[in-house]
Amino acid sequence: MIISVASGKGGTGKTTVATNLALSIKDGQFLDCDVEEPNANIFLKAKIKDIDDVTVSIPEVDKKKCDYCGKCSDFCAYNALAVVPKNVLVFPELCHSCGGCELVCPKNAIKWNTRIVGKVEHGTINKIDFFHGILNIGEMQAIPVIKQLKRKIDNKNNVIIDAPPGTTCPVIESIKDSDYCILVTEPTPFGLHDLKLAVEVVKHMYILYGVVINRDGIGNKDVEKYCKDQKIPILLKIPERKEIAQLYSKGIAFTNNNFEWTEMFGLLFNKIQEEVSK
Amino acid sequence: MISGKGGTGKTTITAAFASIAKNAVFADCDVDAADLHLILKPKVKKTLGFHGLKVASIDKELCTNCKRCYESCKFDAITKDIEIIIESCEGCNVCEYVCPVDAVKMIERDSGFSYISDTRFGPMAHAMLKTAEEASGKLVTVVRENAKKLAEDKNKELIIIDGPPGIGCPVISAISGVNLVLIVTEPTLSAIHDLERILGVAYHFKIPAVVCINKYDINMNNTEKIGNYCKNFNIDVVGKLPYDKVVTDAMINEKTVVEFSNGNFSDAIIEMWNNLKGRFEK
Repeated sequence: MIISVASGKGGTGKTTVATNLALSIKDGQFLDCDVEEPNANIFLKAKIKDIDDVTVSIPEVDKKKCDYCGKCSDFCAYNALAVVPKNVLVFPELCHSCGGCELVCPKNAIKWNTRIVGKVEHGTINKIDFFHGILNIGEMQAIPVIKQLKRKIDNKNNVIIDAPPGTTCPVIESIKDSDYCILVTEPTPFGLHDLKLAVEVVKHMYILYGVVINRDGIGNKDVEKYCKDQKIPILLKIPERKEIAQLYSKGIAFTNNNFEWTEMFGLLFNKIQEEVSK
Repeated sequence: MISGKGGTGKTTITAAFASIAKNAVFADCDVDAADLHLILKPKVKKTLGFHGLKVASIDKELCTNCKRCYESCKFDAITKDIEIIIESCEGCNVCEYVCPVDAVKMIERDSGFSYISDTRFGPMAHAMLKTAEEASGKLVTVVRENAKKLAEDKNKELIIIDGPPGIGCPVISAISGVNLVLIVTEPTLSAIHDLERILGVAYHFKIPAVVCINKYDINMNNTEKIGNYCKNFNIDVVGKLPYDKVVTDAMINEKTVVEFSNGNFSDAIIEMWNNLKGRFEK
């Protein structure tokens, strides 16, 4: 079973929910797909053992063959190539590696180089197989890193995916093929507004979903009212507590040595398992 | 306003600045999950359609099932049965090019809208991206252009941009060519980790950066750590904001914090603003 944790709004507690859930069920795979700002291992503290580079293919123009006809730059939908008199400029950060320039080149002048855009790291903590992706600073595209990370999924396991914030491509790439998506929100107007956007995304993708309310007690009851009206299950409420915020600030998962919370997350997992097997 | 980590308080601070700044235009560049309009309550003056990347469409009547498109697609956006997976298509046109019978057409997609609006504090540029659409970086650029035009037309000296979280494409679009980024962080290990990465991005693109520590009093050790880190890299900490329930209360009342209360949090915001003002005027 693959469970992803997403939110729309950033900073609502995705990583908190994902890491505490993993620590409570104690085995399976954990993938931190927030490759722009991966934080899960601050809490899980897996020892990294293997590192794979994430590479993309970037065109290189053979100046001996090129006659500067401009077909490659005309074709490129991403403006990653520009033909100027007697030169072709390649902008690697803009290239999506679609291969179009090679197809349209009448002189066969396009070769491919690889470029490193990030890495995927693997480690273990207790019985949890931990993976995260890290996008290099200054790189635009998170998708190739997320794709390579998701190839590590072994369907025989329970898999927990910590998704990035937002509602667009990196989120969709992260949560697609999930059996269930936990949407984490906070009971504030911003939380509610972005929860509605996230709900649209999971509905659009036909993924089963439920809501976890974090920092319960701040704000108002509008999130709960919305969930009731829309018949969206509220899976868990995590109260606004100073101890929880302090543990978070120090990078400590609050289920650590806390039997009661470990059990709560265990129940959350059982609830999801039941929903998925229906 | 950027942060790396989400939920550190970018929008709260942008909105508060809106109620202090005179002669400014406001731009919400977090087009994935835009929230600034919930506080600034813009009256939309003009709505413009936004078309992101094109998407492939296959005419099954013409298709001979040769599978060349399937074999050429680098995004796994065409299935073996020659169906397009719209969410995976990046609009590269390769399938259209390789199709021997012209069965593939690239069509515009209606990806969302950009808006030009008025608020009680001044003009605002913002946008809405439709569910599961791509190209948020491109839409961010549209919002930036709209804001720039507003500033020129209305003779405004300053554009205040509410940025998205992360370090990738939308963030880079939101900060390219700006005069200053204010990075909002908080004293948690996660936010510090993310601060280091977003400072790296600002440095990479040679954009001057200053830092604000929100909720500085929830972990004084970490606040000190951030202070020392910034000092080492010659980055100014221009403001420290306390943890305060008033932030949520103001949000519920659809007001900026500065409008809603004149307590400690608002004082700290005003102090930070005065601190920053000197830099724009330079």
